[in-house]
Amino acid sequence: MTRGEDNKQALPEQTPTISSQNLTPSQLVTALQRERPDWFNEIVEAHGEVTAIVPREHIVEVCSRLKTWPEAKFDFLADLCGADRGPEEEPRFEVNYHLFSTTKHHRLRLKVLLSEDDVKVPTVTNVWRTANWHERETYDLFGVIFDGHPDLRRILLPDDWEGYALRKDFPLRGYEPYSLK
Amino acid sequence: MSTTLNLPPQFEIVDRPLDTQMTISMGPQHPSTHGVLRLELVLDGEMVVKATPDIGYLHTGMEKLFEYKKYQQGIVITDRMDYLNPLGNNLAYVMAVEKLLGLEIPERAQTIRVLTCELQRIASHLVWLGTHALDIGAMTVFFYCFREREKILNLIEAASGGRLTPSYFRIGGLMMDLPAGFERRVKQFLDGFPKSLDEFHKLLSGNRIFQKRTQGVGQISAEDAIDWGLSGPCLRGSGIKLDIRRANPYTGYENYDFEIPTEADGDVWARYMVRMREMTESHKIVVQALARLKPGPVKADAPKVVLPDREAMKTHMDALIHHFLIVAEGFDVPVGEVYQPIEASKGELGVYVKSDGGPKPARVHFRGPSFVNLSALPQMSEGAMVADIVAIIGSLDIVLGEIDR
Repeated sequence: MTRGEDNKQALPEQTPTISSQNLTPSQLVTALQRERPDWFNEIVEAHGEVTAIVPREHIVEVCSRLKTWPEAKFDFLADLCGADRGPEEEPRFEVNYHLFSTTKHHRLRLKVLLSEDDVKVPTVTNVWRTANWHERETYDLFGVIFDGHPDLRRILLPDDWEGYALRKDFPLRGYEPYSLK
Repeated sequence: MSTTLNLPPQFEIVDRPLDTQMTISMGPQHPSTHGVLRLELVLDGEMVVKATPDIGYLHTGMEKLFEYKKYQQGIVITDRMDYLNPLGNNLAYVMAVEKLLGLEIPERAQTIRVLTCELQRIASHLVWLGTHALDIGAMTVFFYCFREREKILNLIEAASGGRLTPSYFRIGGLMMDLPAGFERRVKQFLDGFPKSLDEFHKLLSGNRIFQKRTQGVGQISAEDAIDWGLSGPCLRGSGIKLDIRRANPYTGYENYDFEIPTEADGDVWARYMVRMREMTESHKIVVQALARLKPGPVKADAPKVVLPDREAMKTHMDALIHHFLIVAEGFDVPVGEVYQPIEASKGELGVYVKSDGGPKPARVHFRGPSFVNLSALPQMSEGAMVADIVAIIGSLDIVLGEIDR
């Protein structure tokens, strides 16, 4: 899936038919879900935060729509981070996108779940350039492959590091001292 | 081969004599890289074609470590991330855990958190100012900045016992109340600070060399700044009026009266001016926080989470049991995940905490403002001179401890 196609799909002016000025993030995603039910698997609200679980094939469309849709205006990717639920869980990995709007000041978390056999998700670097380093970090520490990323290299650990340090099955002290290799 | 001058052929200016570009490595031991940042610079003469930051030299696996420590033990790890603004890190982390636990923090503890955090913000900006000026060649400012910072560190030491790593905030409140005479000492500092700030302005703001080195250097537009995720003074230097203390208020910041300084130009000078004006605003907040300080408890009423007072422990059996359980086994945090952003001295510091119910977090992630701000460096430094890179790095105010974690 190339990024250019996603943008074209996401940009058309078919914004949901809600005209109220200040929608809360949960109203926003619910409105969007009504229009495109396949974009969201689940919407959870807890601790005053909204989490929307998005199938990975739609993550780029959802992101660029939320960024350009005037009601939402999530123009700022505050954070992107991975999480490992443990080797026995299925799906095992999570990628969390923390969205923020610099004009409306609301926040939203998108979550993509990935199974261990296929740890791949399309990159959002074409939506927000700041995703570049966040995705490199997630790749470095969790081994999540971001398809279409312009420069997917390790960022914190050395290039020849073996394994992914933040996975739950990676021991705290590593396997052997790096300097002995 | 091109020239606009009318020169005889033997003096013809050749654009690129060797038609080659040179790649050099700046850092990781370069003094202006503030720690251990390495830049791979592709140079055309003295002009930067491409700058690629290489980070990770200070990586110590802190996020991994969190997963092996109880919630309350994580506080001391946060001190070591952005070591110029440790109280900000403490605050972001404890607030995230408090959000998961649903704790109510007493008024006095909130006010003290604001007070000490704003003092810390001034201290952090003073280190930035001193080292930034030093990088550019103005050595004197450094000594004046560190003189003032020393006073703040003494105050933080009086409150918490630590200067660089205070770990003053606890989940549910503070380690302890402020010591006797603290308010008087803060007042003393506050009285002298505006005068020192004037001194800094006299030393730098009117300095023509400093102006030439910073104005128009390392520019970034407002759209680019948002796209690159810049936050804090770097974003406000590009004309975006955004401050998490106002946008998503926490710890009672909505009750304080302060301005959000912005500058339109998006260059090194703009970021300098924003931080200078921010110190005045922080000063204002500290004055208000001092006035608000009323006697009261500094710990939440949650005996299973907050350590009991020393006195209670010696006289009450249940207090002793709670103390033992918290220290030996920790406390369980309900299943859930939160993202807590705060306005640290360098920008948006976000803490993501995920709990699976036990006494240790399942995942802790720090969105360090320095990490994100540094990622925009290639964009800012395109076409700059090598000497400008030093000014640009200084203006980003990065701390490698937070970038590499």
